[in-house]
Amino acid sequence: MTRRQTIVTYLVVVPFAIFLAFPFFFALITMFKTNLDLANVEHVPYTYNDLAGNLHWDFWNYATFEHVRFLFEETNYPTWLLNTVIVGGAVVVITLLLAMPAGYALARLAGGWGQGAGVGIFLVYLVPPTLLFLPLSRLVSQLGLKDSLWALILVYPSFTVPFATWLLMGFFKTIPQELEEAALMDGASRLKALRLIVLPVSLPGILTVVIFAFSLCVNEFIYAFTFISSSEQRTISAGIPNDLIRGDVFFWQSLMAATLIPAIPLALLYNAFLDRFIKGFTGGAFR
Amino acid sequence: MEAQAARWTPTRRRWRHALESRRVLAPLLIAPAVVFMVLVVGVPLVWAIYLSFTDAVGGSLSGHWVGFDNFTNAWHDDNFRRALRNTLIFTLASQAIVVVGAAILSNFLVRDFRGKWIIRFLVVLPWAAPVVLSTIIWLWLLDSLYSVVNWTLAELHLDHALVWLLGAVHLEEGAQVPLQWLGRPNLALIAITVVHAWRILPFAVVIFIAGRSSIPTEVEDASRIDGATGFKKLWYVDLPLQLPIALVAVLFGIVFTAVDFAVVYILTHGGPFNSTQVLPTWAYAVGIDSGSLGEGAAISLFLFPLLVLVTVGMLFFARRAQVS
Repeated sequence: MTRRQTIVTYLVVVPFAIFLAFPFFFALITMFKTNLDLANVEHVPYTYNDLAGNLHWDFWNYATFEHVRFLFEETNYPTWLLNTVIVGGAVVVITLLLAMPAGYALARLAGGWGQGAGVGIFLVYLVPPTLLFLPLSRLVSQLGLKDSLWALILVYPSFTVPFATWLLMGFFKTIPQELEEAALMDGASRLKALRLIVLPVSLPGILTVVIFAFSLCVNEFIYAFTFISSSEQRTISAGIPNDLIRGDVFFWQSLMAATLIPAIPLALLYNAFLDRFIKGFTGGAFR
Repeated sequence: MEAQAARWTPTRRRWRHALESRRVLAPLLIAPAVVFMVLVVGVPLVWAIYLSFTDAVGGSLSGHWVGFDNFTNAWHDDNFRRALRNTLIFTLASQAIVVVGAAILSNFLVRDFRGKWIIRFLVVLPWAAPVVLSTIIWLWLLDSLYSVVNWTLAELHLDHALVWLLGAVHLEEGAQVPLQWLGRPNLALIAITVVHAWRILPFAVVIFIAGRSSIPTEVEDASRIDGATGFKKLWYVDLPLQLPIALVAVLFGIVFTAVDFAVVYILTHGGPFNSTQVLPTWAYAVGIDSGSLGEGAAISLFLFPLLVLVTVGMLFFARRAQVS
């Protein structure tokens, strides 16, 4: 690239990055603010002020760790994080068990109707949760799962399985068929070829599905919000708005910390698997 | 012992032979997923459709058959119309911003430059953060009293200019400094649209980059030899080749925005005066908060056929655009 092109690139890319990352940057500042500093309109919001609103070069001495401590010691936040990981992990396992065979069969064995069935399975993803959760909440209480993580583990695959089947179908299609045929020629059974040849090759795709399904679970709000009523059983998406917003009282600094802590590792994971995710995504739509 | 082995072998062989056949193996592998989805999505869906034809209220999941009453009631309700309009506005407006933004940003993000890794990390952040939580950050950014957006506008002496501009284009007349982003109907519509665009943009950028990198280098070379540069190249070479994948990005953007419940629920709760309700939040307000289950189900049902049409249509066009 020429010097001019490089400058133009930065002039475009940096403002976008600022717009997209600004809320997180500001959350990072806010989470360490003292209450008096936060609740004063005269104060500069981008840094830490003393009580009179004066700025100091050693601004970090006017920040506080109190609200992060509060989040971890006086709320159920650690439990919510743990619950989120448990639900996400269990849902990912169920999703893979159901979606991997289906995705493989649709990509390889089904022939002409495979593509149509793939689109059909994807349409299931479009059924709005606001429509399903009334009957589902009855189902959940009939099964005695109300107010338990199991309710979410049972219900979440309803949206991860269609998505994962679609993505995996795409991945399996990108694997050269010759690989399997060679194994079949050598006398391996189809299931054996699937286990020994196809699965290892499609591991990147499977990891992508794991991450994506997990993040769908972390994002889910309505089911988590309505099926579970006791604080200790909540996931982060439902627990944080429920316990850290009490009527008109917002625990702003703790809310900011609670958001940033899961967002950063998830963004790092996404970044690492972005290119593979792209591959599976386009493969599912075409080919 | 031997007799037993002899009796077992043919059955086992037949069983194994059956597993080798596509006709048997394919349905067998698909069945668990389909059975699960029928139980967890199909049955509740049918039940919800049944509910939408009854006068079920509160916690009971049955009621008297009322035909299409719930649908006609919903349709003639101004709040429903507004929720439908808002769903369309949020979806279309945010996707318009997203497509333009993603087309520009992806064009530059495929280049090599120093610090690309950190830029990519920052760009992906809104997509990685749980929606509910990042919306809470926006709630703070747009706070009625402590909004950092307003503070920054005021410091840059842009606040009065913005108020004038909003009045001049008839978007929000009579707005005052500091702007009540979530407290005035039209400003709230703008704010929610921006939040939706903000959270979908990273996803679209990723898909657009995929589209760009799938263009073979031969095409690049050929178009250079033919003298296609700048705008011409963009219009005749890059855009048509990217169209199918752009359609997929837009499709997902539409689905993610149209079914979203959290953004509106957290930012405005549908207010002020139900002016920002969307179909999912309005269905929740009617079906759960007011307890009219039947009508709530009917409202939810309006969205599904729309989404199915959009999806099937766009996948169809995407495939056709790819073949040509």
